Amino acid sequence: MAEFFDIYMLPVFEILGKILLIVLPLLGAMAYLTYAERKVMAAMQLRQGPNMVGPFGLLQPLADGLKLFGKETIIPSASNRAIFVLAPMLTFMLALISWAVIPFDVGMVLADVNVGILYLFAVSSLGVYGILMAGWASNSRYAFLGGLRSAAQMVSYEVSIGLVIVTVILVTGSLNLTEIVMAERTWWMHLLLFPMFIVFVISALAETNRAPFDLPEGESELVGGYNVEYSSMTFALFFLGEYMNMILMSAMTVILFLGGWKVPFGLEWEWLTMVPGLIWFVLKICAVLFIFLWSRATLPRYRYDQLMRLGWKIFLPLSLLWVLVVAGALIMNDALPMPAGVEG
Amino acid sequence: MTFLDKTARSFFLVEIVKGFWLTLKYFFKPKVTINYPFEKNAISPRFRGEHALRRYPNGEERCIACKLCEAICPALAITIEAEARDDGSRRTTRYDIDMTKCIYCGLCQEACPVDAIVEGPNFEFATETREELYYDKDKLLENGERWEAQIAANLKMDAPYR
Repeated sequence: MAEFFDIYMLPVFEILGKILLIVLPLLGAMAYLTYAERKVMAAMQLRQGPNMVGPFGLLQPLADGLKLFGKETIIPSASNRAIFVLAPMLTFMLALISWAVIPFDVGMVLADVNVGILYLFAVSSLGVYGILMAGWASNSRYAFLGGLRSAAQMVSYEVSIGLVIVTVILVTGSLNLTEIVMAERTWWMHLLLFPMFIVFVISALAETNRAPFDLPEGESELVGGYNVEYSSMTFALFFLGEYMNMILMSAMTVILFLGGWKVPFGLEWEWLTMVPGLIWFVLKICAVLFIFLWSRATLPRYRYDQLMRLGWKIFLPLSLLWVLVVAGALIMNDALPMPAGVEG
Repeated sequence: MTFLDKTARSFFLVEIVKGFWLTLKYFFKPKVTINYPFEKNAISPRFRGEHALRRYPNGEERCIACKLCEAICPALAITIEAEARDDGSRRTTRYDIDMTKCIYCGLCQEACPVDAIVEGPNFEFATETREELYYDKDKLLENGERWEAQIAANLKMDAPYR
C-alpha cells in the first residue's frame, strides 16, 4: 500500500497541485481581463468604465460572475441536448489544456514537451470544434451562421499562423517552447521576424474571434452568433474560453517573438535582472493583451469577404514568402541552427 | 506612382497606425462622464420638469380655476373641476395631471395668468407603478411647497426675458 502511495498517489497529487497553481491564477487573470477590457475601452471612448462595485470597480468581475451563476440555464427544445451541453465544456477545456506546455520561467512548466509548439498549434486548431458544435447543436439560424463563419475564419488564419511559426522555428531550431525562448537572436533576426510578429498578432486576433475579426459573434448582425442560444454557465464557459484563448495567444506571442521571461531589449542592468522571469513574462503578456483591447476600441469590424481576402490573398503569400526570405538570410549568414553533431 | 504609393501605405498599415495613435491619445484624456447620482449637470432656469401648483406667500392658492391650462394642454393631460368657495372666490375642487400623458411642452405654465401651475426643476420622479403618476391637487400643491424656493428663483431669473 505504501508502495502504491509512493509510486502513484504522490505524483498524482503533485501534478494536481501544479495544475491548480496554473488554473486558479489564470481564472483570476481572465476575470480581471474582462475588467481591464471594459476600463480600457471606456478610457478610449472618454468614459469611466465600471467604478461602483468596490474600489475603482475592482469587484465588478465578481459581481458579473455571480449574476451569471444566478441565471437559468436554458436548453432550447429543438437543440441537440448532448452536443449543446458538450460544446461550451469543450471550448473551455481546450482553452485550459494548452497551458500545460507554456513555460512561465526557466523550468517553470508543467510538461516540458519537445514538440510544445506543435501541441499548442494542434490544440488551438481543435478550438474550432467547440464553436462549430455550438452553432450546429443550437438549431438556430444565427448560431449556425456564426458557427460556419467562425470555422472558416479560424481555419484560414491557422494557415498563416502555421507559416509564421515555421519562420520562428527556422531561427530558433527547436520545437520546444523553452528552447525557443532561450535561443540566441541577433539584431537582424529580430528585424526579419518583426513583420511576422505583426502578422502573428493580427492572425491571433482572428483566431480568437476578437474585434476587428469578431464577425462570428457579430452582435449587430448575428445577435451574438454561435452563443445566441446559450445562457448562464454554459454562456460563461464560452466567455471564459474566449478570454482564456486571448491570454494564451498573447503568451504564444510573447514566447515566439518577445523573448518570454527574459528582460526586454536584452538589457543587463542589475535592478532589471533581479526581477523574477515570471513577472517579466506576465508583464509582457499584459502588454500584448493591451494591443488586443486597443484594437477592439479602434477598429471597425471586417466584412466577411475582406476577412477571407486578407487571410488567403495577403497573409498566406506574405508569410510563405517570408519563410523563404528568413531561410535565405539564415543560410547567407551561416546562422542556420543545427542539431548537435551535425556539421553546418 | 499612385499604385506604388497606395500599396506601400496599405502594407505599412499607415491608416491603422494613425487610428491606433488617435485612440491612444484619447486613452489619456480626461473623462467626460458625470457620476450621475452623485454629480449632476447644471440645468437651465427654463427647464421643464415635474409640475407644481404654487401658493401666494400668505398661503392662499394661486390657481383661480380659469381652466386655460386645461384648454391649451395638447395632450389632454389636465382635468379641472371648479366650484365657488364659501368666501365666494372661485377655486378648483379637482386638479389632476396625468403625468403619463404629459409631454412637458410647458404650454400650461405659459397659459397660466397667475403663475400657479409651473414646471419645476425636478426630473427625478420615476415611480414603480403607473398609478403613482396620476397626480392630484394634493400632490401638486405638495410639490409646490417642496420646490417653491427654486421655482421662485428660476421665475425671477427668467422674468427679464419675458
